Amino acid sequence: MSADLTIILPEILLAVFAMLGLIGAVYTSKDDLASPLLWATSAVFLAIAAWIGFAGEGTNVAFGGMFIDDAFSRFAKVTILVSAAAVLLMSEGYMSQRGLLRFEYPMLVVLAVVGMMTMVSAGDLMALYMGLELQSLALYVVASLRRDSVKSTEAGLKYFVLGALSSGLLLYGASLVYGYAGTTLFSGIVQVAEEGVSLGLLFGLVFLMAGFAFKVSAVPFHMWTPDVYEGSPTPVTAFFATAPKVAAMALFARVMHDAFGGAVADWQQIMALLSVLSMFLGAFAAIGQTNIKRLMAFSSIAHMGYALMGLAAGTVLGVQAMLVYMAIYVTMNVGTFAFILMMEKDGQPVVEIGALKMYSKREPGKALAMLVLLFSLAGVPPMLGFFGKLYVLRAAYEGGLAWLAIAGVIASVIGAYYYLRIVFFMYFGDAEEERLNGGKSPILWAMLMGSAAVMVLGIINMFGVEGAAAAAALTLVN
Amino acid sequence: MDNILSITTFMPALAALILAVFLRGEDEAAQRNAKWVAMATTVITFIASLFILFEFDPNDTGFQFVEEGTWIMGLTYKMGVDGISVLFVMLTTFMMPLVIAASWSVTDRVKEYMIAFLLLETLMLGVFMALDLVLFYLFFEAGLIPMFLIIGIWGGANRIYASFKFFLYTFLGSVLMLVAMVGMYADASTTDIEALLSHQFGTESFSLLGIQIVGGMQTLLFLAFFASFAVKMPMWPVHTWLPDAHVQAPTAGSVVLAAILLKLGGYGFIRFSIGMFPVGSDVMAPLVLWMSAIAIVYTSLVALVQEDMKKLIAYSSVAHMGFVTMGIFAANQQGLDGAIFQMLSHGFISGALFLCVGVIYDRMHTRDIDAYGGLVNRMPAYALIFMLFTMANVGLPGTSGFVGEFLTLMAVFQVNTWVAAVATTGVIFSAAYALWLYRRVVMGDLIKESLKSITDMSRREKAIFAPLVVMTILLGVYPALILDIIGPSVAALVTQYDTALAAAEAATRLASN
Repeated sequence: MSADLTIILPEILLAVFAMLGLIGAVYTSKDDLASPLLWATSAVFLAIAAWIGFAGEGTNVAFGGMFIDDAFSRFAKVTILVSAAAVLLMSEGYMSQRGLLRFEYPMLVVLAVVGMMTMVSAGDLMALYMGLELQSLALYVVASLRRDSVKSTEAGLKYFVLGALSSGLLLYGASLVYGYAGTTLFSGIVQVAEEGVSLGLLFGLVFLMAGFAFKVSAVPFHMWTPDVYEGSPTPVTAFFATAPKVAAMALFARVMHDAFGGAVADWQQIMALLSVLSMFLGAFAAIGQTNIKRLMAFSSIAHMGYALMGLAAGTVLGVQAMLVYMAIYVTMNVGTFAFILMMEKDGQPVVEIGALKMYSKREPGKALAMLVLLFSLAGVPPMLGFFGKLYVLRAAYEGGLAWLAIAGVIASVIGAYYYLRIVFFMYFGDAEEERLNGGKSPILWAMLMGSAAVMVLGIINMFGVEGAAAAAALTLVN
Repeated sequence: MDNILSITTFMPALAALILAVFLRGEDEAAQRNAKWVAMATTVITFIASLFILFEFDPNDTGFQFVEEGTWIMGLTYKMGVDGISVLFVMLTTFMMPLVIAASWSVTDRVKEYMIAFLLLETLMLGVFMALDLVLFYLFFEAGLIPMFLIIGIWGGANRIYASFKFFLYTFLGSVLMLVAMVGMYADASTTDIEALLSHQFGTESFSLLGIQIVGGMQTLLFLAFFASFAVKMPMWPVHTWLPDAHVQAPTAGSVVLAAILLKLGGYGFIRFSIGMFPVGSDVMAPLVLWMSAIAIVYTSLVALVQEDMKKLIAYSSVAHMGFVTMGIFAANQQGLDGAIFQMLSHGFISGALFLCVGVIYDRMHTRDIDAYGGLVNRMPAYALIFMLFTMANVGLPGTSGFVGEFLTLMAVFQVNTWVAAVATTGVIFSAAYALWLYRRVVMGDLIKESLKSITDMSRREKAIFAPLVVMTILLGVYPALILDIIGPSVAALVTQYDTALAAAEAATRLASN
């Protein structure tokens, strides 16, 4: 028993931290503690990420297989923790300026992160659902953090209703799987599935996939994404775009390989379809957007399509490609949202893309960093984003899905258009009146520059992420 | 000097980085510094590339100065040059100082302008030296970014449309090549170009979606690469981005585009299509030859009716690139020799022609042919230089333009007489549009009021043209200068091509017996 507790010690520590933080904040005069709590939370995230990353070793199973700590889950956890810490640091200035910085915010993020960590370590349908719901409930609240704003509450409500629906689908799928496999443990399901997937199990599998597709916002379960992205306060949007996506994608991979690894042929087609639809819808729908947050929502849908392309391959290389892709995607998004957070006029946030007109004249450094990120998002070499695409293309091709690879590159050309359009606003055209000012935050600036630098320098050796992803993929797929 | 290739390639990028980090301000002094840093860097790069040329052994048909290192994803960082690529490297380093000199009058965001051109030089050099598939693709595609910015920021009135068209058109062409490269990696489990050149890709016919693919995998790979290089070249009918890009780009951008960027496609055809997919090339060659012949005649006719000087020269570029593709896919010694020669010579000539347009555009701010006339009265030196390059463009014997056209026509005559016959009529049309352009712009009486005070070329402008004049005439009267260097490598390539074809034919015969 105590051995089991050692394995989930990081999660326990985080949960205790969240509770202590809540109690402490309640007993003091509320929001004074918000800012220190936020900093402390980031520090704790980074410390735990370092701990998990450096000290973790081997594959450890707790609670009779319900909780798995292996290289795969550690890779996902480190990515989640680091990106959550980065996003928290970025939100401090924005939130406190607008009176949004309540002590609940960092604590809800901690709870969401605990949920995500449970998700990626789940070895059982029950543990999976617990983690997923913990994460989701925290996220619903964070989405409507700005409770006097109609859009923010609308975002929270939409997210909640649709999220509940998808949780219902997932739960239904889980119960079907349990009914036909006779167990909720992945290690048990995989043995049943290997002998042939019965019709009931197949139904369960499809419902499960629908639930996951909702969480990663893959088409056709993406409808909530643009509205939630637009309505939530921008730092929260940044959070939505990074850590939960990694967690959901890792969970997706975990269930597909750990529980249905012997039945790749049964889910490969669905995965490929989700992937191709997401890539194309993300590419086309973003073209008409004038709101940069909505644009980023469609951009993230397209990116999820590419990550799913890696999963669709159903191979070790595919999982490795997906992990590398997600790590690169998160880094790009942190930088991009740091830029969006800096877009303001007289202290008011601006989200219109048109406001960037001739931005490069006033802020050459920031414009250049954003240019790098945009080309990276578009997957144009020599930026790191290109290597992410190359990885999933290779995985798809070698997994026998050449048509998906071809569809992917064509979608990337269509998608390049709207990234170029932002470049066009920043660099081309004639100077006009100043539509953005302020936004001089050293943290945001550092995040933006750091992220852009990673996109350029990362092509030398990817900072070793490749090897870690390969090890992670190997433990998952066997 | 073990890594002279990397040094040469990345020197301009390093200078760009220095400019970006250390140069501040937009005042006169900062602008001058940016220009001189760019000028010094391109000259030093040219000198460094001269070392490569002098140390290069033409009789060694393998890759020389090879550098190799490990890289991510199991790829290699591998650079090297052979007889086919070394002169393209020289062309690039030779043209870049002239391009910078031609940009001396730029005043808007000079630092960014110079950074863009320096980065572009690094990327173009990288394309010719890369010996790894993905490294090649990286340089090949990355060049789009600075060129997109150059057209979009410093271009003419309709620059937005032109820059987007340029980027998306060429990007779409290239991504299929990327999938093909992934396929080659899967098939050969290496991305080393040297190894891939001796790898035999499948030639067995199979049926895909009900269509019988003759030449099998090689044909598919050929088509994917063809999509990319044909757009880059550009070949008829996917050439339509080029006139727009040329017209809207600033003078220096047009020069780089015409002189170097268009050559990436031709170089790719020789290195990949002919070198790696001989059977696929052989299957598709008749189509490519006819496309080339159509390009030569059609774009020459289109050039005849242009009102805009740059557009006219752009269409003439498409026609001249038609000779290049024709020579390449004749796939014999004269053809490939001629194609490479034509590309190099076209680099000098078209670059010079765009500079000629730039000279009068700087003075009158219009490219309308009708706005000019009788310039010879006020600008005798200009008239002389313009005439030389007009004649070179037509392919007058004694200029470098003649050698390339003659060699490629001779080569294609041995393969397909009809294509040769059609293409030769294009030579006549090219004389028609070029001479008529010259007649309308330079000859006649100076009657336009606005031209009465136009001044002849300055010393800086003459200095830019001097090296181009020398090269055009020198290569015209002594083509062995180039042919001696490329000859052995081309001969080896042709032998390899013929052997591969013979082997594939023997295999099919064996299978049918």
